[in-house]
Amino acid sequence: MEPLPPSPPVQRRGLTVIDGALALIAILLIVQMWLLTATLESFLAGHPEAALPAAIVSGVLAAACGGLYGFVRGVDRAQSSLSE
Amino acid sequence: MSARGTGRGPLWREEISVSSAEERYVSRRQLAKFLVLTSVGMFVGNLWILAKSWLTRAPAYPLRRVATLGEVPVGGVRLFSYPSAADPCILIRTASGELAAYSQKCTHLSCAVFYVHAKSRFECPCHQGFFAAQDGRVLAGPPQRPLPRIRLAQRGDELFAVGVDLGEA
Repeated sequence: MEPLPPSPPVQRRGLTVIDGALALIAILLIVQMWLLTATLESFLAGHPEAALPAAIVSGVLAAACGGLYGFVRGVDRAQSSLSE
Repeated sequence: MSARGTGRGPLWREEISVSSAEERYVSRRQLAKFLVLTSVGMFVGNLWILAKSWLTRAPAYPLRRVATLGEVPVGGVRLFSYPSAADPCILIRTASGELAAYSQKCTHLSCAVFYVHAKSRFECPCHQGFFAAQDGRVLAGPPQRPLPRIRLAQRGDELFAVGVDLGEA
């Protein structure tokens, strides 16, 4: 049986996790931008009924971004304490 | 001549201890904070649209005389403004003799559409958007929404505009 490859250092794993979270935040932000422009266009075209569901979804996305930011901070702090 | 101070370099470097490279360095945490603030900004924008949609009342359309019945022959048009002077509209008489009025602003980028009687459609010269003369629906081109239709009412021999139907996309 072949030995398992050595796991990457803890700090590098932490950075990978942070990069993944940042990418996810960026994707959520792009969805929010699209949502805002689509809602605005719909509103200006005289269809305001899309405003409420769009605001709810946008709020959920913003909360998800906030949650991911908390996660990034937590990992970042753990990395800082490890490197000290 | 050697530098003053501790001898680790010139004096200005001791006094200005932050290098420009460090100044420009953005940590992942700072980037995440910026992205999240932008996300909150998007949410606020959506809330603003929601507030506007709740606070904006349905527009009250005035009654405005457009033309007399005999004024527009078959294939003819008459231009007018409704509901405000900044809203150009077009009244047409189709081949079947029916009168219909639409907003003259293309729903793509607000260029003025014109009526082509031979093809029974409105054409936008800017980006080749075509709308049906019967109901204003999009036939071709970049527009996504139909032309808003002006509701007409006949009183005696005269024709009045009484409202606007935005139509469904």
